[in-house]
Amino acid sequence: MSTANWDLDPSMESTAIVQLQPKYDLFIGGCWQKPKSGKYFATYNPADESVLSEIAYGNQDDVNLAVEAARKAYNEVWSKMSGAERGKYLFRIARIMQEKSRELAVLETLDGGKPIRESRDIDIPLACNHFFYYAGWADKLAEAFPGQKPTALGVAGQITPWNFPLLMLAWKIAPALACGNTVVLKPAETTSLTALKFAEICEQAQLPAGVVNIVTGHGDTGAALVANQDLDKIAFTGSTAVGKLIHKACIGTSKKLTLELGGKSANIILEDAPIDQAVEGIINAIFFNQGHVCCAGSRLFVQESIASKVIEKLKFRLQSIYVGNPLDKNTDIGAVNSKKQLETIEKYIALGLEEGAEIFQPTCNLPSKGYYCKPTLFTDVAQSARIAQEEIFGPVLTIQTFRTLEEVVQKANNSPYGLAAGVWTVNGARIFGLSQQLKAGVVWANTYNKFDPTSPFGGYKESGFGREGGRHGLSAYLQFKN
Amino acid sequence: MNHPSISTELSSLLLSSPSIDQIGALERIARIQSRSIKGAAKLQGLRMALSMIDLTTLEGKDTTGKVRQMCYKAQHLHDQADGLPTVAAVCVYPSFVAEAKKALGTSGIKVASVSTAFPSGQASFEIKRLDTQFAIDNGADEIDMVISRGRFLSGDYQFVYDEIAAIKAICGPVRLKVIFETGELDTLDQVRRVSDLAIGAGADFIKTSTGKIQPAATFPVVLTMLGAIKDHFDKTGQMVGMKPAGGISSSKLALQHLLMVKEVLGEAWLTNEYYRFGASSLANDLLMQYQKQLTGRYQSATYFSID
Repeated sequence: MSTANWDLDPSMESTAIVQLQPKYDLFIGGCWQKPKSGKYFATYNPADESVLSEIAYGNQDDVNLAVEAARKAYNEVWSKMSGAERGKYLFRIARIMQEKSRELAVLETLDGGKPIRESRDIDIPLACNHFFYYAGWADKLAEAFPGQKPTALGVAGQITPWNFPLLMLAWKIAPALACGNTVVLKPAETTSLTALKFAEICEQAQLPAGVVNIVTGHGDTGAALVANQDLDKIAFTGSTAVGKLIHKACIGTSKKLTLELGGKSANIILEDAPIDQAVEGIINAIFFNQGHVCCAGSRLFVQESIASKVIEKLKFRLQSIYVGNPLDKNTDIGAVNSKKQLETIEKYIALGLEEGAEIFQPTCNLPSKGYYCKPTLFTDVAQSARIAQEEIFGPVLTIQTFRTLEEVVQKANNSPYGLAAGVWTVNGARIFGLSQQLKAGVVWANTYNKFDPTSPFGGYKESGFGREGGRHGLSAYLQFKN
Repeated sequence: MNHPSISTELSSLLLSSPSIDQIGALERIARIQSRSIKGAAKLQGLRMALSMIDLTTLEGKDTTGKVRQMCYKAQHLHDQADGLPTVAAVCVYPSFVAEAKKALGTSGIKVASVSTAFPSGQASFEIKRLDTQFAIDNGADEIDMVISRGRFLSGDYQFVYDEIAAIKAICGPVRLKVIFETGELDTLDQVRRVSDLAIGAGADFIKTSTGKIQPAATFPVVLTMLGAIKDHFDKTGQMVGMKPAGGISSSKLALQHLLMVKEVLGEAWLTNEYYRFGASSLANDLLMQYQKQLTGRYQSATYFSID
């Protein structure tokens, strides 16, 4: 029998489970309120550029109302409630999210462009787990910080990015509520729908009015939130450029601040690495969520003796990556989140060519509509090249080689960022040696992009400060009396 | 790897064997298993899997009658359905090779014979040589030999290497499959090492198991062996075949294995020239799923002949 092509048939996840309203208002004080501006904006499906719904454009007045509602809820209800009672609400939210996980997964994929495999298997289960995890801490704060008398901060303003919309919401809201704070959350403008669904879940869980407020809008809505004088805390995840603006705005105020910003993380493959698994790890590190991951392993360092082998294997592996409709269960790389982001990525790919790097992209057909980018490798990249220094936030990997461990540590640390790093070797001593020298908040050994609610996450240098997740994540929403 | 009597050739083979990270291997497999194989691709996959089967009977109680029946089934999987392929081969003990050869006639279906004191391999080399020669003299198209696992585990890699090379020399143009019995090996690193060793010694196919020991053809073991085949191909341009045997009893597992072959090695391996399933019960499940895919309905298992 001769060989034939064996191509998989499309296997589309149904969208019938998602119930969307044509228009969404702001969720303030437990009710849906029209924006003061009267303005709404469209949210698109990046996979086919169709309009999914219209979303309220919140302004300073809306933000102020939301903060007032949160303050009232904090003063009158939430701060008086016992930790055990708060925990019950969080458990209830977690369970409802779990029950609605398929709807949330499909919606996350529709609104954001990420493959259904990822939203179904990673985003939504992890988001649920964050609520379950922090629900358990709500009545154990004194035990978490013995002798320090932890108490809530008050009202937190939270701004989330578009790459993991519901997961980042969970990272922010779950610890804040567990610690006894109330929140006003501003989701990213391109991916607000799961946050609005989350508001419906809060209603269903009968969470007291005003404990969670969702104010949708653009960058100026976020700026209005940061500018509000009655907030005790700002938590932001997003770009370093915006993070710096927020940092400046908070100086001289009583607001506490945590920032989780950009990255240009080094993924380091030593010559004694388990090569086939390392190749898979490189793929997961950079192509997970179309490369829209702040801790993406976007700078690959391969030891010279195995470099050509690793690069050949990477190129071969890329041929079996499915790029296309994110609702197809076989899709590995879905749609880029927005037209704007696609233009940014394409600009960097052109820049890489200008800088003299060698490009590799697999042969694959991209859908004619929607925002798609082929997975891209750049070899012969100089340490001084902009594509190796600046965050691209797309499926673009720069590959450099090294000879000694000292050299790779220097190169890896030679970056204004310091969010994450990966080390691949079967030598345990080398794992510990390198992880101590790498200036990064997270170092993965023989794996990459693994997240768990019990594990703290956050950066060094311009990748931000503060930790989210784990027991560490509680302290971002508490004050202490020693 | 510093065994005093090791040849330079073997030593360089073993040195190039990479480590296998078990957790990473499991993650890779989970990705493949989460793929959705539907519609025309499923039908094509089921047909492909049927054409790759080595229909097997390796029991002490085997008789010529049983072997003849199996050879008929090999050629007539399910005559009620159109467009079905035949299996690739039948696999029997050396004493039934002549009978199988006669029963299969000009069908093109190969006769594979186990040899080298299958399944334990615990015999002198002289016995193994005669065992193999006997099967070939009776017309075997393929030889499925077992390695000396005890020698391998004790680190006597040269012995195992030389034994495979010597059997290969006896085989000549007869294709040689080398069975590792991975259920008796401990780690994926060992699976990778024995794969590199056997391929270096001249194996045409590498095969997981005898079917007598569990676990047999598990996904991590097969993935590791496919990795060795890929690296050998990248280095030399030579294609070595793969035969998982034992434990793959459902269509779902078989299709996932084929997808793993496609992603790890490429479509060139998706032919019975280079890929086989050693199985006895798999065929009927494939037939049942094939009929389901065509008609939309499951038929009772009683509609499919057991032998």
